[in-house]
This record gives sequence, structure tokens and C-alpha cells, in this order.
Amino acid sequence: MTTIEKTTSATSRVEESDDGTPLLEVRDLHVEFHTREGLAKAVNGVNYSVRAGETLAVLGESGSGKSVTAQAIMGILDMPPGKIPQGQILYRGEDMLTMSNEERRKIRGRKIAMIFQDALSALNPVLSVGYQLGEMFRVHQGLSKKEAKAKAIELMDRVRIPAAKERVGDYPHQFSGGMRQRIMIAMALALEPDLIIADEPTTALDVTVQAQVMDLLAELQREYNMGLILITHDLGVVADVADKIAVMYAGRIVETAPVHELYKRPAHPYARGLLESIPRLDRKGQELYAIKGLPPNLLKVPSGCAFNPRCPKAEDICSTEIPVLHQVTEQDGTELPGRGSACHFWKETLHG
Amino acid sequence: MGRYVLRRVLQMVPVFIGSTFLIFFMVYALGDPVAALFGDKAPDPATAARIREDLYLDEPLWSQYVHYMGQVFSGDFGTAFNGQPVTELMAGAFPVTLRLTVVAVVFEMALGVTLGVLSGLRRGRGLDTSVLLLTLVVVSIPTFVSGTVLQYLFGVEWGLARPSVSPEAPFAQLLLPGVVLGLVSLAYTTRLTRTSVVENARADYVRTAVAKGLPRHRIVTRHLLRNSLIPVVTFLGTDIGALMGGAIVTERIFNIHGVGYQLYQGILRQNSPTVVGFVTILVIVFLVANLLVDLLYAVLDPRIRYA
Repeated sequence: MTTIEKTTSATSRVEESDDGTPLLEVRDLHVEFHTREGLAKAVNGVNYSVRAGETLAVLGESGSGKSVTAQAIMGILDMPPGKIPQGQILYRGEDMLTMSNEERRKIRGRKIAMIFQDALSALNPVLSVGYQLGEMFRVHQGLSKKEAKAKAIELMDRVRIPAAKERVGDYPHQFSGGMRQRIMIAMALALEPDLIIADEPTTALDVTVQAQVMDLLAELQREYNMGLILITHDLGVVADVADKIAVMYAGRIVETAPVHELYKRPAHPYARGLLESIPRLDRKGQELYAIKGLPPNLLKVPSGCAFNPRCPKAEDICSTEIPVLHQVTEQDGTELPGRGSACHFWKETLHG
Repeated sequence: MGRYVLRRVLQMVPVFIGSTFLIFFMVYALGDPVAALFGDKAPDPATAARIREDLYLDEPLWSQYVHYMGQVFSGDFGTAFNGQPVTELMAGAFPVTLRLTVVAVVFEMALGVTLGVLSGLRRGRGLDTSVLLLTLVVVSIPTFVSGTVLQYLFGVEWGLARPSVSPEAPFAQLLLPGVVLGLVSLAYTTRLTRTSVVENARADYVRTAVAKGLPRHRIVTRHLLRNSLIPVVTFLGTDIGALMGGAIVTERIFNIHGVGYQLYQGILRQNSPTVVGFVTILVIVFLVANLLVDLLYAVLDPRIRYA
């Protein structure tokens, strides 16, 4: 998990769809929550896109808006208090926010599925895992109870749960944490969706199991050629599986980059800070870097660049002007495809 | 499971003995049953002594209790002072009260759970607020008020139901009394279901069910309801016992010759064998209802396993 500097170039698993439209595209998405204390702006103009077979890692601290964005895509945001005042979420070019409830329901689970963080609470405690897995087939494909059960066993085998046939009638609490997460993955995979959103799929697991679950997820994604949005705050997890990264801070994307580019040369002080704070074997004995301060209160986001109070490179302009996501280029002006940084001083950060 | 049931049944024994002894002690210790038998007239001392001896009333209380229990277990609940065996009174009264209870429980279960789910799913909206308000009103009106008012409106004013129930007490005549009996419990059931639904509607597994693309009715009935009904079942189970014994007021209002009526008569006439006999059966009903609720738990919630 500590080997960040991977030399192998990211072999592109990206496959263009026929007409070039991405599987999922989020455009200028805003999400706000009306709370008693005031208006909390959780997401402020997020843009990203995922193609078939591509893995997008969304990185950020708690409260950076990464999960809220995912929930908005899934349509599982609590509304109210949540509200989407602005933005588009395009699935194969169609805006899901303008669809009817029934149209959206048919996309959920079948086309876009989600893996949740805590499988113990995300699975229904009073229904057997076989029932919960089989439900996907019964509802979306109209299979009989018996057929659905056979499919459930097949799925459990697929995610390598031992003795699937005997355990299909067991309840979530009878499985270990890793096995439960496998069941979550199996449930998301059931109908072979185009896109899977994994919201911190390994956070609740211990380190060895984390690696197993991530490997499984990456393998299945390759096999089915699915798009994957991986939401995490664990940079170690990201390096191995992601194609590109979007770093979020206070509801905005502050940096986007192909995965290894970011690790090599971050173009935003926040991303740099995150990378610096990973423990490294070659810096044993030295004090670990930490980004000073706390994530901003979403009720009063700092003016200008939201990161400016914590930024070691902040200057006057940072507290007055919100930086746009600049296209990042090499020193000689050659474009770096897919790279962007929302920092007034991206040049200095990248090349300095 | 079998061991758990056995243990629970064994636990019922001391509870049964303790509660029946208390009832026995209270009924027999208060007042002189022989004097009560003679009403206003003073009994002839010799006759009184003979009756005392016949009824084991000259023995110490604990020995009376042992004797009584011995007879109860051989099926003899004694005779009421009018000469009728208590078992005969029971055979007449319990089926009537059971029918009444069934009406009340079905009423409060069907309406209470439905209202609770509907208002729980629309938390904070008009329906929810009115349901909360109405249940509060219902809870605060005592049964003798709601009973007589409904009896007057439905039975006398509108003529929709019989104000007084015939001795056979068929289901059709017990509908109104059943509703009156179940009214307060209905309010509790509604509130309990509502709270439980509100709580569970925010649970992660409901969010998962939405993310799976399940239709709303399936999310509510299969995922939400199953979890939300666990506390409601507990309440309903204990309520069955309470309704069976607590129908005294309702049975008085509608002149139903059930358990409550017989208990009332027994207490009024100091008819100890009737009171103790009926209460003994009610204690058993309570204990069994509670055991069934606990066993039902394991069916509803697989995380509970009885070893």
C-alpha cells in the first residue's frame, strides 16, 4: 500500500463507446441541504465523466461532497433536506434529473449500481442474503423464487464466497466483514450494470481484506467492462485500480488527473498535501506531514479558494477569488490531457 | 429452541405461583366470605362454623392456597355461591370475551399498523400531524366515556348497532364493543408503528433497497415493515392479555356476559372462587401470550437466536 511511485504507465483500459458519449457525465452539479442552521452547500459545481471500462477515483476528506455527488447520481439523496438546484447528470447522454421516478428506478440497480461502505447496516438484517441477492432478479427480470435462488448462489460463487450453496440462506450477521462486502459487491454486479459506484467499499474492512476486496472489484470490473466510480479517502487503494482521479474539496473538484500523473506531479496544494501525508518506507523515522486545520464548515465556506486558510502557499488573491479549474499544461505550453487544477498558482505547484 | 421453551415454561411456574397466591391472599384476606354469603343477615354461628369447615376456611391461608391449587389442577375451580361451578361460568364467559378480544385486536392491528405506516412515511405532513393529534385525543379519553358516547351515537341515535349485546354475543354484535375496547390500544399501536417506521425509513438497508431499483411498495412491505413491526408485535402480544382481563368497563357498558362481567359480579358479591379462578386463567393467558411474543421475535428477527 505504500508503493506509490509506480513506473508502469497506466495502460488504458478505456474503450470509447460508439458515438463517443461517456457512460455517465456529471455537469455543473450543485447539491445543497436546508438545515436548521442554514443552507449547507455540499456540492458546488462538480463536473466529471466516466466511460465504459474506466475507473474514476473520487478522492476527498469527509464532508468534501464525494458521497453526496454519488447519492445524487443514484437518486438516493434525502430530499428534503437535500436539493439539487442546478446541474445535469447524463446517463448515456440523457439527463436523469429530468426523468420520471419510474424511469430512474429502472436504471437503478440494472444500469447503475452502488456498493455501500458498511455492508452490515446496508444489508437488511432480517432477510437472508440469498433473498436479498435474488430480489434483483425477481424484480428486474421477473424470475421465479427458485430461479432467483440459483442465480444468487451463482453470484456468491462469482465473488468467491466459500460454500455458497449452504450459505445462501444465512443472514448478513452470520458473515464476516469481508464476506459481507463481497455480498454487497455481488448484489451490485447481479444485473451486470454499466456503471458501479463504490462508496468507500473497503473503509470498514481490515487491511488484508481490503486488498482482497479491491482486487476482486477490479477483476470483475475488467471482466464486465464496467465503468467504476470509486469514492475513497485512501490514496493507497486508488493507485492500483483507478485510471483517473478527481480530488474534491468543500464540494468542488480541485484537481483532476490521470492517476499516476497525480502521484508524480500534483498541481494543487491540497492534492500535494494529501500525498505528503501518506506514510512512506523511505521516510522512516521522520515526522509525518499533516495538512493543518480542519475541513471547512459547509455552512460558511471560506471566501475565495475554500482551501486558502489551510494552504501553505496561500496569497491575497486566494481569499478573494474562487479559482476555476485551469487546464494544466507543461512549461513549454504542451497540453496535459485530462489534467486540471483549481489553483491560482498551479504552475508554481506543478513545476516549481 | 426446545431448551429455550422449556426454560421459559419452567420460569412461568414461580411467576404463576406468586401471582395467584397474591390474588388468593388479597381476595380471601379482605372480608369474611361466610359473612358475605349471608348478606345482611347475621349467620347462625353453628352454620357459619360448618360452612367454614366445609370450605377449609378454618385452616391457615397457605394451606387453603395449597388446597385450592390442588383442586384447580384437577379441574375443580370450586363453586360460586349461587351453586354454579366456576368452570361453568368460565365456559360461558371466556368464548364471549375471546370473540370480543379478537375483534379488538384485529381492529387495532389492521387500522393501527396501516395508519402508523402511512403517517410514518409522511412524517411532518398533514396526515401525520392529524394522526398524532387524533391518537392523543383517543388516549386521553377514558373507555367509559368513549364507550357510552359511541353506544349512544351508534346504538341509539343512528341505530347502526345494538346498544346492548345478547347473551350469545355473536361477532356481528361485538363489532362496536370491540372497537371501543381496542380504541386506546389502537392509538398506541399507531404511534408505536409510526415511530418505528420513521426510525427505520432512514436506515441504511432501506437506502440500499432504493439503490437496488426496487419499487416503492416492495421497499415498504418487504424491507421497511418487517423491521418496523418487531416492537409492535411485542405490544400487541401483551395487549391480548390486557384486553382479555381489562374488558370489565366495556362489558359493563354493552352488557356482555364475558370475563369482565363475571369478574365484576364476583368482586361485587365477594364471590372469591369466581374471582380467583378467573384471574388464575388470565395469569396463564398473560404468560402464554408473552412466551408466544418472544418466540415470534426469533421468527421476525433472525439475529435473535434462543439457545
